[in-house]
Amino acid sequence: MYSEKVMEHFANPHNVGEIENADGVGEVGNAKCGDIMRMYLKIDNGMITDAKFKTFGCGAAIATSSMATDLVKGKSIDDALKLTNKAVIEALDGLPPVKIHCSVLAEQAIKAALRDYYVKNGIDPTPFLGEETNSCDHCDHCGH
Amino acid sequence: MAKQVIYLDNAATTAVSKTALEAMLPYLAEQYGNPSSVYSVGREAKAGLEKAREQMAKALGCNPREIYFCGCGSEADNWAIKGAAYAGRKKGKTKIVTSCFEHHAVLHTCKALEKEGFEVVYLPVDAEGIVCMDAFYEAVDETCAVVSVMYANNEIGTIQPIGEMAAYCKEKKVLFHTDAVQAVGHLPIHLQGSGIDLLSLSGHKFHAPKGVGALYIRGGVLLPNLIEGGAQERSRRAGTENVAGIVGMGAALTEAVASMEENSSKMKKLQDKLIDGLLQIEHTRLNGSRTKRLPGNANVSFEGIEGESLLLMLDMNGICASSGSACTSGSLDPSHVLLSIGLTHEVAHGSLRLSLSENTTEEEIDRVLEVVPQVVERLRSMSPLWEKIKNSEN
Ligand SMILES: Cc1ncc(COP(=O)(O)O)c(C=O)c1O
Repeated sequence: MYSEKVMEHFANPHNVGEIENADGVGEVGNAKCGDIMRMYLKIDNGMITDAKFKTFGCGAAIATSSMATDLVKGKSIDDALKLTNKAVIEALDGLPPVKIHCSVLAEQAIKAALRDYYVKNGIDPTPFLGEETNSCDHCDHCGH
Repeated sequence: MAKQVIYLDNAATTAVSKTALEAMLPYLAEQYGNPSSVYSVGREAKAGLEKAREQMAKALGCNPREIYFCGCGSEADNWAIKGAAYAGRKKGKTKIVTSCFEHHAVLHTCKALEKEGFEVVYLPVDAEGIVCMDAFYEAVDETCAVVSVMYANNEIGTIQPIGEMAAYCKEKKVLFHTDAVQAVGHLPIHLQGSGIDLLSLSGHKFHAPKGVGALYIRGGVLLPNLIEGGAQERSRRAGTENVAGIVGMGAALTEAVASMEENSSKMKKLQDKLIDGLLQIEHTRLNGSRTKRLPGNANVSFEGIEGESLLLMLDMNGICASSGSACTSGSLDPSHVLLSIGLTHEVAHGSLRLSLSENTTEEEIDRVLEVVPQVVERLRSMSPLWEKIKNSEN
């Protein structure tokens, strides 16, 4: 059911862990639904120099966390803001339809971490990120 | 690198035994006739069919004329419950009593009947996974068309007080059905005098092939047909019989019953070792009663991790198991069985079911007890929930 790429990232996920004194931390999802992603970003001069994650969830949740952190590492904040769940899916050579929401969470977790970065630096994140979203707060995926 | 597979999902399905396979082969080759035909190849097929019916009856302690072969356990459940419901409605009985943790073959059938105007009572189960008898006595009365409670639960293996329920239903003149798909071939069952009116079984849970089952209908109980057509099964279940499958089921059940005691004590020993070993892992709980339990079932929850990723990692280590997490139940919620015994969604997501067969070896259990703790630890090290759980009371 999963692509080889997904299994690769699940079996040996990249960037697992935490960053002490991270410049931005974001958490999305909820344990009731079975997925929580927490992402940590280290940011220097507008560049994401490191990204790490901790995830509770299925194989796709772990693989998309791994891929999303890979995709933003070494990128500028501006580029990271353009990350989409579609890009995560493409980089993983596709996801089964029922797992698309994992890629949405991965995108949202990165953005939540960026939002935290802006807030910590006294900048209003709304112009860059819009209103806060956590697809699990009003999720039609699992109805909670 | 070829890995040896450790198959611990026997509650999902079992391997066809050598005995069953050998009994079947002639019916897939030279004895391919239609049992309804008059010529000799047909008569041979018919003889195979009737021998299997006798074997089933002997194994279950009933009359061969009370065994009706059908397509699978789900069909038997549908037939029993819909049939009893429609028969009851003719007499003005429109209530159905079942439990909240039945297999979907029963639950969805009851839901469908609810849409047709039947009132369905879903009995609660206690934290040990046993149907609450107080609720049972309160719900069951003369207005019930049928009471349907499973013999043993497919996820947590808990064995229900079937004898007590059947006796009470008899007293109240209410038909009693039990989905014994997980019990037949694993627990001693003697139908005559049991008070059970209807019992569903499925071959693939006791080393017969998939796609063959049976419904026991106690002599004298009249049910409308579910499948209409030809005159097979004494005009009560149409369709040219799956002769080879039926013959395999007769052989498999005969073997299972003959070696039940030996298999059961062997499996119980390994089950104990497995459960004790798994409970060594911190923040782990056993789901379902430890004692009122099928001999091959172990079901535990590991806090802080999710079941699908657990199964994938076990699979990478050659271990086949199952889980009640939402991601593996194919629905949006974790298993209704685990929720029914009071688990939170979070804990239900982290469940693991390992189900043994008599072919499971001690080496396999040792290997599982080596791999599972490593995998659980690995997933917990990735889990944002684990720190907090670890620091709380076990
Ligand atoms: C308790 C129970 N009832 C019914 C069924 C359905 O049986 P079958 O797969 O033969 O339709 C199963 C098997 O999954 C089961 O475990």
